Amino acid sequence: MTRRLLTGNAAAAWGARLADVDYVPAFPITPQTEIIETLAAWYASGEVPGRMVTLESEHSMITAAAAAAATGVRVFTATSSQGLLYGMEMIYTVAGWRVPFVLVNVSRALASPITLEPDHTDVLAARDSGFLQIHCATCQEVLDSVLLAYRLAEDRRVRLPAIVNLDGFYLSFTREPVDVPDAEAARKFLGPFDPDAIEFRASRPISQGVAVLGGSPYSYFRYESHLAALNALPVYEEAARAFEATFGRHHPAVEAHRCDDADIVFFMIGSFATKARDAVDRLRERGDRVGLVRPRLLRPWPEALLRQLLSGKRAVIVIDQNLSMGKGGVLYAELASSLYGSKQAPMLLSFIGGLGGRDLPPEEFYEMVAVANAALEKGAAPAPRLLYTRDELREMHKLQAVATAERRETGMGK
Amino acid sequence: MSKPTSIHSMKDLPSTHLLGAGTAMCAGCGGLEALHQIYDLLGTKTVFINAAGCMTLLAVYPFTPFRGGFLYTSMASAPAGAQGVRDALDILLAKGRLPREEDMTAVVLAGDGSSYGMGLSATSAAIERGLDFLYICYDNEGYANTGQQTSGATPHAARTATEAAGPGHSGWKKDLFAIWAAHRPAYVATVIGADPLDLARKIETAARLKGPRLILALSPCPTGWDFDPSLTVEIGRLAVKTGLWPLKEFVDGEVVHTRVPRPRTPVEEYLKLQGRFRHLFEPKRDDRLIGEIQSAVERYWESVR
Repeated sequence: MTRRLLTGNAAAAWGARLADVDYVPAFPITPQTEIIETLAAWYASGEVPGRMVTLESEHSMITAAAAAAATGVRVFTATSSQGLLYGMEMIYTVAGWRVPFVLVNVSRALASPITLEPDHTDVLAARDSGFLQIHCATCQEVLDSVLLAYRLAEDRRVRLPAIVNLDGFYLSFTREPVDVPDAEAARKFLGPFDPDAIEFRASRPISQGVAVLGGSPYSYFRYESHLAALNALPVYEEAARAFEATFGRHHPAVEAHRCDDADIVFFMIGSFATKARDAVDRLRERGDRVGLVRPRLLRPWPEALLRQLLSGKRAVIVIDQNLSMGKGGVLYAELASSLYGSKQAPMLLSFIGGLGGRDLPPEEFYEMVAVANAALEKGAAPAPRLLYTRDELREMHKLQAVATAERRETGMGK
Repeated sequence: MSKPTSIHSMKDLPSTHLLGAGTAMCAGCGGLEALHQIYDLLGTKTVFINAAGCMTLLAVYPFTPFRGGFLYTSMASAPAGAQGVRDALDILLAKGRLPREEDMTAVVLAGDGSSYGMGLSATSAAIERGLDFLYICYDNEGYANTGQQTSGATPHAARTATEAAGPGHSGWKKDLFAIWAAHRPAYVATVIGADPLDLARKIETAARLKGPRLILALSPCPTGWDFDPSLTVEIGRLAVKTGLWPLKEFVDGEVVHTRVPRPRTPVEEYLKLQGRFRHLFEPKRDDRLIGEIQSAVERYWESVR
């Protein structure tokens, strides 16, 4: 094991390298590009074996990735945002092929308006696809989660592709010290790729991805994928234990920080959860009994674990870095469905924040706790809140004033 | 300048069919007619990577007519699927994880809706990467699987489900052969099931070469073109005899016509057998439109003399 200063993107590339992947179909997109450039440089120099092909789109890239996995090799690929959506037809399609591979998504907010900085609406669009999803908060987690994702995806009880998600900019371009496992230890942890009889060979005729007629066989195969995804819950626990035994680091399906005696708990995913963690520590200093619950595993959804962690709490503050137009936060709705009907269910408060890289400063976490305390006193949860400060609004009005003036001056605003 | 061939007469063609019978294709399907012949020649060491279209319904769980490999992908990305399969096989061969005799040929199987339109970007990129694959386009000149709407391959004046009235399709059939040839691939050829000898020689040539190779098969479609299924072969022959479907190949940077119809049968002999062109003859003969089609044929053959 060596310790290196790595960006989230470099950590993802190291994960692929240590997983000894055979094949990397690629397509550049900000903020993911550094991942494929890193791998390309290693392959070009011969530092490690591997083959990369640049496709002409993410739609093709994901097709090639899954087709290669269906031929019996270990495949890695990466994308972001618009790229994930461009490939979305294939994300849904190839999950049903039941061929395991790992895709790193570097989260970036979706158009419109087009932007570069992160939120999670992109990766949540893949929520119902059949891909497993692991969400990372640190660069170390990125590297480790790529290895865990292969172990999980290739397990015979699962056999589904997996997405490892990290936030663009905040994690993709942030350097952190990362313990890089030895190649040999990683090889032992994963073992060679197991095609489980799904492969094209001259001596073994096989038709893959074929059509069905009617809802009955269709439902059967869809249910099979769903049950396989649920199998990934216990398989993840095994994999995480094996990972800890090999590498000495534990990555639970759900991270719980200072939760045991907490009254109020933050609930969020991704790198901004480290801000929540920090806020929890500060609030604890002044005596507030607060904690943080951060699911790393989003698909499968660790429902039992979440119930266990959150039942009996007084309030849960769900911070969604995503927005389902006309509904609200996706995690809020998911968590509510998991806790509904439980006598011990906490009050749920919904906050939308951190869209398109908008910061979540410490004061906002403190304010959310104040709102939660007030709601508890009143006995009723407030309406979901879209985080935006008066200062931001003033700045926005300035931009609008400039836009209006420009239109007037150029004669466009008539 | 056709390459030397082992196929001289119908007697040299395979006598057994590899593709299983009883598929969901329509009676008289010209695409299936061509695919049968092609599969017999390519053999079972092939992975067919399929784009959404009529032939997606060849393999419906739990049945498949393919005795080798088959993979359905999507409408737009079959060539990328071929890239993944080919690359994976190459990697396995290079790493000694696949015995040579287990290797297979990647074959895209796509209709004109995909090949002329949605899949063109993926196709262009696969050629530009020099992918070693064979691309079979069964061209039935419309989105036939959904009921023959106009596609990029629909010929001038043909009525389709989306241009069902008036003079039919206002545009002209896109020249996919030329688009492929402009990429300088290893091989491009047009074929038709109604000329098995010409088809067989081209498959033989294509199978011998490496790199991107297209077999573009005009596929008379009884349901989409509106003719009796018994006429598939006759209509195929007329497509060639009228000069509407030039049988040709692009190899070593040169286009060679493998059949030159002399004298050319007037196009109306081909058109009048098909319901999609009936408005050119009934209730009143439309000499202007028939003339436009005939002139285009004349211009083509003039240009390649």
